[in-house]
Amino acid sequence: MKMKLTTMALTALMAAGPAMADLVFPSLSYRTGPFAAGGIPFADGYADYFTLLNERDGGIGGVMTRVIECETAYNTERGVECYEATKNEGSLVYQPLSTGITYQLIPRTTADNIPMHTLGYGRTSAKNGKVFSHTFNYPANYWDGASGAVNYLLEINSNDISGKKVALVYHNSAYGKEPIPTLEALAAKHGFELLLLAVDSPGQEQKSQWLQIRQQRPDYVLMWGWGVMNQVAIQEAANIRFPMENFIGIWWSGGEHDVMPAGDGANGYKALTFHNVGSDFPIYEDIQKYVVATGKAAGAGDQVGSVLYNRGMYAAMLAAEGAREAQRIHGVADITPAMMRDGLEALNMTEERMAALGLPNFGPTFTATCENHGGDGLVGVVQWDATAKTWSLVSDFKSTDQDVINALIEADSAAYAAENNIAPRCN
Amino acid sequence: MFYREAGDFKTSYVADNQTFPIAFDRWRYYAVLAVAFLVVPFLVNDYWVNAILVPFLIYSIAAIGLNILTGYCGQVSLGTGGFMAVGAYACYKLMTAFPDVNIIIHIILSGGITAMVGTLFGLPSLRIKGFYLAVATLAAQFFLVWMFNKVSWFYNYSASGQISAPERTVMGVAVTGPNVEPWAMYMICLVFCFACAVIARNLTRGTLGRTWMAIRDMDIAAEIIGVNPLKAKLTAFAISSFFVGISGALFFAVYLGAIEVGEVFGIQKSFIVLFMIIIGGLGSIFGSFAGAALLVVLPVFLKLLGVDLLGWPTDIVAHFQLVIVGLLIILFLILEPHGMAQLWRVAKEKLRLWPFPH
Repeated sequence: MKMKLTTMALTALMAAGPAMADLVFPSLSYRTGPFAAGGIPFADGYADYFTLLNERDGGIGGVMTRVIECETAYNTERGVECYEATKNEGSLVYQPLSTGITYQLIPRTTADNIPMHTLGYGRTSAKNGKVFSHTFNYPANYWDGASGAVNYLLEINSNDISGKKVALVYHNSAYGKEPIPTLEALAAKHGFELLLLAVDSPGQEQKSQWLQIRQQRPDYVLMWGWGVMNQVAIQEAANIRFPMENFIGIWWSGGEHDVMPAGDGANGYKALTFHNVGSDFPIYEDIQKYVVATGKAAGAGDQVGSVLYNRGMYAAMLAAEGAREAQRIHGVADITPAMMRDGLEALNMTEERMAALGLPNFGPTFTATCENHGGDGLVGVVQWDATAKTWSLVSDFKSTDQDVINALIEADSAAYAAENNIAPRCN
Repeated sequence: MFYREAGDFKTSYVADNQTFPIAFDRWRYYAVLAVAFLVVPFLVNDYWVNAILVPFLIYSIAAIGLNILTGYCGQVSLGTGGFMAVGAYACYKLMTAFPDVNIIIHIILSGGITAMVGTLFGLPSLRIKGFYLAVATLAAQFFLVWMFNKVSWFYNYSASGQISAPERTVMGVAVTGPNVEPWAMYMICLVFCFACAVIARNLTRGTLGRTWMAIRDMDIAAEIIGVNPLKAKLTAFAISSFFVGISGALFFAVYLGAIEVGEVFGIQKSFIVLFMIIIGGLGSIFGSFAGAALLVVLPVFLKLLGVDLLGWPTDIVAHFQLVIVGLLIILFLILEPHGMAQLWRVAKEKLRLWPFPH
């Protein structure tokens, strides 16, 4: 917010020459609209991490970073405008934080040779780097999430959930529909019954879905929600006295703002995650010192340490590490988007690296390759404590059912390749 | 001074009844067309086409369609988003089922399919009017969006329910898909927009348009003088939906490339097109263009002004945008219910007398 926003679109219009020597990270954020509650902390975390790099280290590899923020309000048309306005600024990687905009940008970024990183969202089959050359979705995707949830249910039921009834309450959109094929395959494999309950966007009205849950009495409820839908669902679940420990949300349904409105009723609610929670990491001392204390924090500066702030920071961290890797591979400090793509494809997140960055045990370790743009899909579970008002990890990052997921990824990416005449890479 | 009909003699009824009877108007019209077809395609870049020109042209077609129904025939519709979705999904199904057929034919056929659906939902208009009809069309909006979300046949059983446009060419030039050149995208929308505007303008000047306007002004009186309300209302629904369907097909295939029905063709889409014709001017083809231009350019302009020049936070600018659009609608409803088209008409009247107003 407070960083210098140049007259970006004007320069884009005039097709001005090469950008100045800085590393541009566009942030297609949404601080307005029905999904702003999740969009604000993510955008703050994303911007603050780059501010920290600039203030503390003088950028990445000696080149300053610049975050261009563009408001999409989760709207696809605004997303296109933002993409076109920022792409000629030397933008290195796009992170739209919206499934709709992701689907739109997959072909566009590939044609423009700019990478896109969709951290735990977007098109799951983009994990297949053979087909999706410019899209990355490590460290985990929705199908890992679906499988991780089922694995967790297996874990707490001593490996037998046959005959159990599991309901999926999902946002009736591409995002919410994404886990259904995986859950159906897993239901057949493990013999549980799957009940699908769609909630229309934005999700303020869920009385009928929760009435159905009252009638059908599922043993577990999974939720794929975002924005206001999460708060309403958790409130409704509390109202019908559904046991909260049997209610598991995807990682986008596991922020503080989702559980706070239900108060004590939300105690015990669980959510999946692919990164650690809380602010008990050395990096927060630096953020406090270099970003918050100097008044350079993005937005209102009140989101530091929240789950989605952490996730935005994690997204920024992976992007920054990708840029570092690109600088190393190509031996230049002022990298291009094409070099950035190579960097993201060669990214290797080790425990030592994360500890050196001040984020020990923050996320899973993974190595990206030409074929695998999606990491290893390790998924953990966090639980909400309403009295302490904190999330805590109750199940560590564990691997998911890759046999089922990989078969689905192969099928879906093959269909995309056939529709768009894409020849597989990495041969 | 130069904007007047003095000395511009007409010797035939055809000449007297042409769209632009004043010579200056006519030349201005030709000049606009020449610039749009011959100059703009050579100047545009990705940003101009994607952020301003293509959405403007596509929204203009939708606004012309809705204007026929609401502005000319007086039937209020809140189903525009749903009908655009019909056009988009029809185009997707046709594109994937018959990949060898030219995309232009698919887009026109999508318009035809939407016209049929629109006629179906227009049937209640024979019995109900005003607010009640608005609610009936609102039902169409929700039903159509629900159907495209629910029935997986419409999105070829893809896992996510997203539809994306494969690459299609016109005379060897790609017009859909990721590798489309900005000028090609612009040209296909321009050609459709031009054709739709000419057809709409001439329809509204002819018998059909007059029966629509008779129904709009007083349906009982119209029926007494021999206007068939069944025919007038259903043709208005069909032709309006045809244009809206074309705009939906272009919106999906050319502009966005990948869509999700609930997000793109929701109730907001119906409202924004309705705002366009209210601000632009009900019952005016020019008004459809003016309204579309204002509502497409205004957010981009405010963003450039607020974020890029003044350096304001992006969320403040986004909030301001809502305030300003809302304020504009209220102001137009109070001060100039006939919209920007009426302002233009008044300006022309003044110009004809200028510089000697008495």
